[in-house]
Amino acid sequence: MSSESRESSEQETAENETPVESQTATKELQTVESVVIRFCGDSGDGMQLAGTQFTNVSAVFGNDVSTLPDFPAEIRAPAGSLFGVSGFQLCFSSGDIYTPGDEVDTLVAMNPAALKTNLADLKRGGTLIVNEDAFDKSNLGKAHYDSNPLDDESELASYRVHKVPMTRLTRDAVDGLGLSVREADRCKNFFALGLVYWLYERDSKPTEEWVKSKFGKYPSVLEANLRALKAGFNFGFSTEQFTVHYEVPAAQLEPGRYRKVTGNEAVAMGLVTAAKLAETELFYGGYPITPASDILHELSKLKRFGVRTFQAEDEIAAITSVVGAAFGGALAVTASSGPGIALKGEGIGLGVIMELPMVIVDVQRGGPSTGLPTKTEQSDLFLTYFGRNGDCPMPVIAARSPADCFAMAQEAVRIAVEFMTPVFLLTDGYIANGAEPWKIPEVDGMYRVKVRHPTESNGNGHGFQPYMRDENLVRPWAIPGTPGLEHRLGGLEKSDGSGNVSYDPDNHQQMTKIRSQKLDKIAESIPDQEVDGSESGDLLVISWGGTYGAVKSACAASRRQGKSVAHCHLQYIHPFPRNLGEVLSRYKKVLIPELNSGQLWIIIRAHFLVDAVSMSKVKGKPFLIGELCDKIDEVLES
Amino acid sequence: MSADTSLPVLTQKDFASDQEIRWCPRCGDYSILAQMKKVLPTLGIPRENIVFVSGIGCSSRFPYYMSTYGMHSIHGRAPAIATGLKVARPELTVFVITGDGDALSIGGNHLMHALRRNVDLKIIMFNNQIYGLTKGQYSPTSPLGKKTKSTPFGSVDRPLNPLSIAIGAGATFVARSADVDIKHLTSVLERAAAHKGSAFVEVYQDCNVFNSGAFEFATKKDQKEENCIYLEHGKPLIYGKARDKGVRIDGAGNPDIVNLSDVKEDDLLFHDETTDDPTHAFRLAQMRWPDSPEPMGVFRAIERPTYDGEVDRQFKDCIASQGSGDLDKLFNSGDTWEVKAKS
Repeated sequence: MSSESRESSEQETAENETPVESQTATKELQTVESVVIRFCGDSGDGMQLAGTQFTNVSAVFGNDVSTLPDFPAEIRAPAGSLFGVSGFQLCFSSGDIYTPGDEVDTLVAMNPAALKTNLADLKRGGTLIVNEDAFDKSNLGKAHYDSNPLDDESELASYRVHKVPMTRLTRDAVDGLGLSVREADRCKNFFALGLVYWLYERDSKPTEEWVKSKFGKYPSVLEANLRALKAGFNFGFSTEQFTVHYEVPAAQLEPGRYRKVTGNEAVAMGLVTAAKLAETELFYGGYPITPASDILHELSKLKRFGVRTFQAEDEIAAITSVVGAAFGGALAVTASSGPGIALKGEGIGLGVIMELPMVIVDVQRGGPSTGLPTKTEQSDLFLTYFGRNGDCPMPVIAARSPADCFAMAQEAVRIAVEFMTPVFLLTDGYIANGAEPWKIPEVDGMYRVKVRHPTESNGNGHGFQPYMRDENLVRPWAIPGTPGLEHRLGGLEKSDGSGNVSYDPDNHQQMTKIRSQKLDKIAESIPDQEVDGSESGDLLVISWGGTYGAVKSACAASRRQGKSVAHCHLQYIHPFPRNLGEVLSRYKKVLIPELNSGQLWIIIRAHFLVDAVSMSKVKGKPFLIGELCDKIDEVLES
Repeated sequence: MSADTSLPVLTQKDFASDQEIRWCPRCGDYSILAQMKKVLPTLGIPRENIVFVSGIGCSSRFPYYMSTYGMHSIHGRAPAIATGLKVARPELTVFVITGDGDALSIGGNHLMHALRRNVDLKIIMFNNQIYGLTKGQYSPTSPLGKKTKSTPFGSVDRPLNPLSIAIGAGATFVARSADVDIKHLTSVLERAAAHKGSAFVEVYQDCNVFNSGAFEFATKKDQKEENCIYLEHGKPLIYGKARDKGVRIDGAGNPDIVNLSDVKEDDLLFHDETTDDPTHAFRLAQMRWPDSPEPMGVFRAIERPTYDGEVDRQFKDCIASQGSGDLDKLFNSGDTWEVKAKS
């Protein structure tokens, strides 16, 4: 986890002292706790595939894993260009991990552009593996290198550099299979993968199985990929270039059955689970947008779970179809990202005044406007908190990791249905595309949302009163098809009780108050805020959303150095947990790191009048643990 | 409210809500509301299974005046809301009430997509060629040169032809009527309600405050027979008070107004609302008064699978072929691995 603990143990095994028993014994094997690898290359180089395969074999082996794909916004940027670089980072560990890692231990760069855009993240002393065949004049030019950096000793002096002629070796390996040069070259990601499999003592069997199932119909491609994989492995094994390789023992994860989930997959499964357990149907209206589209893709496959999906003509139709479906009694959901949520605002306001349950997932990305579609940010908090006309309060909750999306999606459904309100669930590009092991839960004992559609009129002979409320200020979810409960909803202000259109000034005041008080009622239904670390002390660091892992790790690292630093991670942002104000008061200082310009910071200051400090980063990249630790020290010393 | 029985016999009154109607005196909307209340009891659909969804505008207050389920929503979005409702609850009968501004300006996109998908919706568009609720700006159907508050020197916007739009989008039912043409309107609404698929009905509606008399040509007693052709399936296009004029297609494929004294009836254009080829309906939609007589009635009524029906079919097929979803199986799908307890 922390870099200082990485290079531990068993350093000096007998090197070349005894006669060679097995060939592996010729190379030193070091045990390390945690490793961060990044594969990067052209967007057509198969880096996501290589990264995913490495993740799978590590997970199957028993490591804790966390991944962060990083791909360009362009579908196919020109080959070799700086903006066409695609990367996949993963961290695997024998301990618990909470982030895909900070600094990179091993960087695999398939061309000059990949090297140029990623080298800064490689730690000093880290391993750099490059495909030296790709460092030709043309590629160097596209990457704006004046000269070949591989020839420049000083440029790469801080790293353990391995120049590997991957293109040539891959071509040699697949020779005789009748592949075109182009087809042969496409196998070089498997060569790179094989090499790092050797480097980290990974068992390549799961990948071989995958290749067989994937390319079964194309025997020559299948064989080529297997040969490239093996060639990469053997290259590490036999060449003089590599003298050390590493093992990362299995982690001590809680026993049980696991699978890997991305945030978007977990959101989809959480929604389906909530609907299924509530014995109701799920309606999903969506419009494709990065990085939220996979929620639509996942749900579209799951019709047998009672899911109806609707790919709308635009974001506005997506949200308004959800309004219609919610009126009809479906568990209605949409997901989008910032630009789409902005378009959805009016429809969401309609949902709020009509007090219909619906879930709106905002998978945040860099903004404003189209911003950085494939990069992560947390800057839609204001949009979700305030971004509608009128006083229009609605609950905002946020998932903290890919696996947490499963629980939070169900929680969003619970709040929506039990309190008859639209609910925002915030995730982000980092959570949505990132993956982590998920302990497969037992269905028995999961919370079942109770859906109630009344069948009897509540009007005591005066007709159905759609806005007559219970003790939680919740109105009944009567649905079309129910005789005697015919009623009209709409965007005009309602008369409390009857739901008739009302311009009465006192009624508007009252209804505005009720809509706000509903949030207070929701606060009574959510857990108290917990704190990681001591109950009181010098510093409380507050985080929300996808920065959970980095902030948790940084706070833990600070505590290990004897500092009084507690961590409070918010999953409920509107309403806040009822005890949050009291929690804040127990610490001398409060620091709020966010991947925006301080949005939670402003809300916390406004709510609690605490002189919290903001830490803001908007680079389209997650926080590094190191930079958080530095900021913690700075605040403690100030 | 009347008590519902298992076999309710509903009347016009059963569909009136207790809300005070707040349209301007003599507004054309009253007539459309009245004809709708007349038509609904004839459909044999329980009141609770009928939903009216509207957008924003004078016409869109309509749902408040009906004792069915209803929603007065936001500007232009009624077709999308209705689509969501109909997909979620295909068994409901869903009407969309909208105006020319609501449907064709702010909501043009949703209208087009509801029609091309053939969602089983009855879309009734009240066209008064003006923005009434916002007090008198020109609308997307206002004629060129129209002087309004926002076009004091005359509008330079070319108007949309709503029926051409509907036919172009692939609507399976397209019709036109006028607010005060009571019998005609009733029959068109009945036909629309009976249609399986998206029905688009344009109703000429008089805004007597901001655009009075815009449709006199099609509503005034002595004028409408001379200015309009009342379409009948399988019949030739004949019109005129004395039924002495007709339409045939000339060599270039264009409508040609002829006197019946000069032409045999068999040479006239015969109306076929069921032809799959939209050319015929489109040609009729292009015939606009005062350049030519204007067709009224059902332009097109064809059968195609509905969107909501197809979604429902896939939904049920998946459950039938794959079995009802099993959460345990879902959670355990993909690559899974076991972490064993340390001994």
